[in-house]
Amino acid sequence: MILSAVDAQTLVDAVGLGAVYALMAVGIGLVFGMLRLVNFAYGQLIMAGAYTLAFTSGWPVAGSVLACFAVVIALSFLMEGAVFRPLRTQSPAVMLVTTFAVAFLLQAVALILDIRDGTIGEPAVSVASLNQVVTIGGVDVRKVTILAVVVAIVALALLALLLGKTTIGLQMRAAAADFRTARLLGVKADRVIGAAVLLSGILAATVAVILTVQFPLVSPDFALKETIVVLVGVVVGGIDRLWTATLGGFAIGFATGVINGALPTDKTVFLPSAVFALVILVLLLRPAGLFAGGRATAVDRV
Amino acid sequence: MSAVLELEGLDVRYGSVPAVRGLSLEVGKGELVGLIGPNGAGKSTTLHAIMGVVPSAAGDIRLAGKSVRGRAPEAIARAGIALVPEGRRIFGELTVEENLRLGLSARRTTNGSDPLAAALDLFPMLADFRARQAGALSGGQQQQLAIGRALVAEPDVLLLDEPSLGLAPTMVDTVFAALIEIRERGVTILLVEQRAQRTVALADRTYVLANGELRMTLTPADADDTEKMIQAYLA
Repeated sequence: MILSAVDAQTLVDAVGLGAVYALMAVGIGLVFGMLRLVNFAYGQLIMAGAYTLAFTSGWPVAGSVLACFAVVIALSFLMEGAVFRPLRTQSPAVMLVTTFAVAFLLQAVALILDIRDGTIGEPAVSVASLNQVVTIGGVDVRKVTILAVVVAIVALALLALLLGKTTIGLQMRAAAADFRTARLLGVKADRVIGAAVLLSGILAATVAVILTVQFPLVSPDFALKETIVVLVGVVVGGIDRLWTATLGGFAIGFATGVINGALPTDKTVFLPSAVFALVILVLLLRPAGLFAGGRATAVDRV
Repeated sequence: MSAVLELEGLDVRYGSVPAVRGLSLEVGKGELVGLIGPNGAGKSTTLHAIMGVVPSAAGDIRLAGKSVRGRAPEAIARAGIALVPEGRRIFGELTVEENLRLGLSARRTTNGSDPLAAALDLFPMLADFRARQAGALSGGQQQQLAIGRALVAEPDVLLLDEPSLGLAPTMVDTVFAALIEIRERGVTILLVEQRAQRTVALADRTYVLANGELRMTLTPADADDTEKMIQAYLA
């Protein structure tokens, strides 16, 4: 029986994975809300952050992490300004394909930078201390898992406060629901999009730190698989709203963790097929999203 | 009377199809001007062009003598023109108060008073339902919210796109009464409506559009002239 194989250890790891995926889902969902753009290149922002951590391995941890945030946020704005902004009025298909191009371009650039020393892959050792294990009640918990869960909770709470209690948050919620009407009321398009890009960049940098601790060998396809899984999770949860997208991200991370723990070690090769079979089942039963109500999605964009 | 809003030779095209052709009109300070005409005449397109939602191919749009043509919708809103869009377009998932607060995005001045007062004085119902989800309001209440939301920006010019569409008769009366009150507050109004006779009777003057062109101008005295009204639509 699969469930009997799910122990506390598995649940802790699954919650940790769900927390990281939830952060990525929020980052993707925020930009989608403003631009109706599914940013496939989100993973490459994380990859850029991870490389920054690797290339600054000799620095003090705080400096290395700060550099990671600076690079990822700058790259987020560059991506928006140079590519997404000129294409803002184009069809979703054009924008999606463009994000593929951006993703593979960034991956290629990373490879060029990485291979200068003759090998592919750079170790990021400065933040590795967070990968140590502490034992709580007989369950081994890596410090980074605790960090991931705490950071996810704090980040989501701060975001909820920002969206719920501030003027820019109100404007972002309005723009996500009906961008054109929001602009007609005087909401500055560039300002709400800029806020979404900034927040999404901060989240990508945060995820870059957490993932780099867990997987210290950084290569050009860093975070690629995770991004694909989170994009699927976001759609499964309901991409139309931020909280359903976030729950979708958490759910697919949690499910992946649980299935991974439940599968016998020699059967983990079946993990992706099990996860994606579950995804297809959910989409067949609830195509609008696992957590979505029934809101109309067709909204004019300007 | 100095014109607050002026259109001069305005052309708007959807692809190669002309929607508005060489339209010139003026709305003076404190005036309520009607814009009527059959479906597809270009009434809504004119309002959208003024707000910068659709680009104009030629001509000029001036607010207090300054051209606003080619500017972004949010810039035009912040310059002092507010639109109550067709279909109300309220944010159903936000509360009534949040909808009103969004209207403040385009407000140019801050004085000490309650910034939402401009809306709440006119529609006391909104104060009662301040914390309610806007999507739960009736159609008429949503229309009051949409007008109130535009007013909190304290615009110089208020554009309304068929505000009485789909409303119960008593609610239509409420909306028209509100328009009179708004005019008395000194706000300049350009009103697009399907209720031709009522609009002509209310407005200082009413422009009739057909096929994107200005066909004639009616005065309140024409409202009871059935023949002229029919001619305005069918000529």
